[in-house]
Amino acid sequence: MCGIVGLFLKDKALEPQLGAMLTDMLITMTDRGPDSAGIAIYSDAGKGLAKITVQSSDPGKDFKDLDGDLAAALGQPVTMLIKDTHAVMEVPLDQMEAARTALTHLRAGIKIMSSGETIEIFKEVGLPKDVAARFQVAKMGGTHGIGHTRMATESAVTTMGAHPFSTGSDQCLVHNGSLSNHNGVRRELRRQGMTFETENDTEVGAAFISHKLKTGETLGNALEATLTDLDGFFTFVVGTRNGFGVVRDPIACKPAVMAETDQYVAFGSEYRALVNLPGIETARVWEPEPATVYFWER
Amino acid sequence: MQTFDLAAKGLRELNSSLHALKGTTNMTEWEVINPKGAHAIAAGVDAPVDITVRGSTGYYCAGMNKQATIRIKGSAGPGVAENMMSGTVIIDGDASQYAGATGRGGLLVIKGNASSRCGISMKGIDIVVHGSIGHMSCFMAQSGNMVVLGDAGDALGDSLYEARLFVRGSVKSLGADCIEKEMRPEHLALLADLLKRGEADHKAKPEEFKRYGSARKLYNFNIDNAEAY
Amino acid sequence: MSDFPHTPPKQSWTFSNDVNAEIRRAAATGIYDIRGGGSKRRLPHFDDLLFLGASISRYPLEGYREKCATDVWLGTRFAKKPIHLDIPVTIAGMSFGALSGPAKEALGRGATAAGTSTTTGDGGMTEEERGHSKTLVYQYLPSRYGMNPDDLRRCDAIEVVVGQGAKPGGGGMLLGQKISDRVANMRNLPKGIDQRSACRHPDWTGPDDLEIKILELREITDWEKPIYVKVGGARPYYDTALAVKAGADVVVLDGMQGGTAATQDVFIENVGMPILACIPQAVKALQDLGMHRKVQLIVSGGIRSGADVAKAMALGADAVAIGTAALIALGDNDPALEEEYRKLGTTAGAYDDWHEGKDPAGITTQDPALFSRFDPVLGGRRLKNYLKVMTLEAQTIARACGKNHLHNLEPEDLCALTIEGAAMAGVPLAGTNWIPGRNGF
Repeated sequence: MCGIVGLFLKDKALEPQLGAMLTDMLITMTDRGPDSAGIAIYSDAGKGLAKITVQSSDPGKDFKDLDGDLAAALGQPVTMLIKDTHAVMEVPLDQMEAARTALTHLRAGIKIMSSGETIEIFKEVGLPKDVAARFQVAKMGGTHGIGHTRMATESAVTTMGAHPFSTGSDQCLVHNGSLSNHNGVRRELRRQGMTFETENDTEVGAAFISHKLKTGETLGNALEATLTDLDGFFTFVVGTRNGFGVVRDPIACKPAVMAETDQYVAFGSEYRALVNLPGIETARVWEPEPATVYFWER
Repeated sequence: MQTFDLAAKGLRELNSSLHALKGTTNMTEWEVINPKGAHAIAAGVDAPVDITVRGSTGYYCAGMNKQATIRIKGSAGPGVAENMMSGTVIIDGDASQYAGATGRGGLLVIKGNASSRCGISMKGIDIVVHGSIGHMSCFMAQSGNMVVLGDAGDALGDSLYEARLFVRGSVKSLGADCIEKEMRPEHLALLADLLKRGEADHKAKPEEFKRYGSARKLYNFNIDNAEAY
Repeated sequence: MSDFPHTPPKQSWTFSNDVNAEIRRAAATGIYDIRGGGSKRRLPHFDDLLFLGASISRYPLEGYREKCATDVWLGTRFAKKPIHLDIPVTIAGMSFGALSGPAKEALGRGATAAGTSTTTGDGGMTEEERGHSKTLVYQYLPSRYGMNPDDLRRCDAIEVVVGQGAKPGGGGMLLGQKISDRVANMRNLPKGIDQRSACRHPDWTGPDDLEIKILELREITDWEKPIYVKVGGARPYYDTALAVKAGADVVVLDGMQGGTAATQDVFIENVGMPILACIPQAVKALQDLGMHRKVQLIVSGGIRSGADVAKAMALGADAVAIGTAALIALGDNDPALEEEYRKLGTTAGAYDDWHEGKDPAGITTQDPALFSRFDPVLGGRRLKNYLKVMTLEAQTIARACGKNHLHNLEPEDLCALTIEGAAMAGVPLAGTNWIPGRNGF
């Protein structure tokens, strides 16, 4: 149960302001989700580099010399940017999987939030404005991003229970609603080799899509499949390296508003989230249809 | 004309000022600026005042309205004019889901499109939509009239009681127990009046509409209809 | 013929006479059984708990002399006008439609005389109950029958009903026999049709939307009225926590013994949890949020006596609500009417076809010939007496535990007679320090 915001920029001139625009949108959704907040920002790390975002509840200890230790383990250069409880490690793209494995061995206390060429995920327990400030999201640029404010329903209020969930390279998913068959789907996905960090229904949605992509499905088909295989109420917003998609369940009770101009495509759980976007007065504003997949790619 | 800046003074002060007008007999004019999608704007008003909201509103604008004329110069969020008793609500833009839900009287005019569940469980309200309406509209609608100049989405009028539905465009599908019905002279007269009051008489003629209503097969349980429950 | 003894005929436990009768009924009619009331199963209940009275380690209070207060404040979190009741036993929501006008009047009379509140139901507010109830809680239900801002403003609290114990997750159906002219008019329905009710509210879904709905109700009523949120006992930890997060002043939690005017028997008997199992989880949710006693908890579903009241409060509830017990106090299912119950093919104590509107006691009916038999003044007096007895009983127990207020009862004042009761209530099995499920076993 939650608030969702999303922004996919078409106009390059807006890219330096992506983080600031998303932060503003996120804070307006505080009432829908005061428990925790998270944001996924997509921006190119540079040719041949991958970004791995890690989190620690004891960053002073876990992040100390982590770049050096990882560089030594990989035998490759590594850079690290620490932001509060999170750190973004940049490694050569072909070393991404090796780096993920090495990181979990180097520090028992860290969790990997995301990895890929463009994605960074920051999420924590607390009010959206505080979470955004801790990670200085407003200063970040990028091409597209998704934010989420969470009112936990049945799973715990923890960092790992916050959205977005990333279960594949450059992929993330946020959710508003409540799935009713996620335990069964999780069991089946586990049998197929997917791993889970939480008991959260949304993580199942994310893993379901990642699993479909892994087996060679297109993102469009993966989103279509949520309509038949996932039961319950959902509005999903998903991000990929170069794209941004939306799907609502066939009953479509959970709110969703979209706006499009020449400069951007924006998503909000409520219109409030969109009111400060440039040119919103003349934007095309509509609600996504039930059981219909929407997708934008650059 | 009283101008109220919602961003500066806040929702509570707006609504308590509007509630204080109860018993007022002189028509007074109000303007609300900077709504920015806020919720429950002008909810629970009970006076013959004219309120113009300059911008788009969040959930439940004009909720339970009595007597007032409320104009939204933008789009309306979920549940606009929910459970309206009397008065008029006119939206220049689109309306989100549940527009006019459970409304018991008055007139709701949506000049753009309405989303899903428009007129859900309506109990006497009149709704005129210049554009189209989304799925599950008029679910369990009990009474009142719905006029749609555009198209209707899936499952129109599911489990309908005695509300009358008039649609000019296509209907994607009819819900359980909703059927097309004959358009008789009294319906054409009713439609002409609704189009006029709904500021749509220049856009459509009564003859262009089809009427939908309850087949009344679910009114008393019959095992042969069990799949519709 | 052999002289050897025969194996006597043996009925199946699985296919009992009751089960077989239901199979035959279903085969003949093609419709599930619809009835009123709550679960008739034998469920773990307050009977499985006992109080540990004071002796040497604790000192009891003197009955009749030393004060044991019973009052309760409800809605102190946000409402400008919270409710103050003399006793912690309230009357649960029951609709005009399900009940006759005189029965609603009697509930108002009895509750007011005893210093407590009564509650409307799915069908709107009647003059009988508003006029005779000093404190009236107005239910805000998915159907919104009769809903209007004037009644919202003249009630004393608003109860947003998300679910009820007899059917968490379900809607309902009131059969046509009870849709009289007056009921049809109040609900804006054609007379005599079956009224189907929705299970979700028409204009919100989920706690994030509920928060906005509560904001709207507060704005319409100028933040004066306490807002209750009522849920059926199914996932009480989460539902309580989410009601609090959505901004409720009071959470009303109804266990599966709670009655209903009419729903499917299969629903009543197979969905939800007994109230005993619900209370500790709801209290835990309130405690985890730092809201215990700040957001009040009213529990219902099978409350019958002052002992039940005291046990519910010891487990952490602030008050209880009664429905079925109030109807019995008014005269429902009275053996004095046995001859008439027989004519309906039932017997006093088992009559549950409330939806058919043939109640010989004149309580669950809209038939003037039947409801005119019922005297609302006498009914009100009987209800007042019963409420007073429950309160005296609860005080008796609380004094024996050394408490000068019912609210000071604690789980530690209880032990359990059964392992099931101990596990559900989270209190030790009598004579041991074992709470099943605690400490891993």
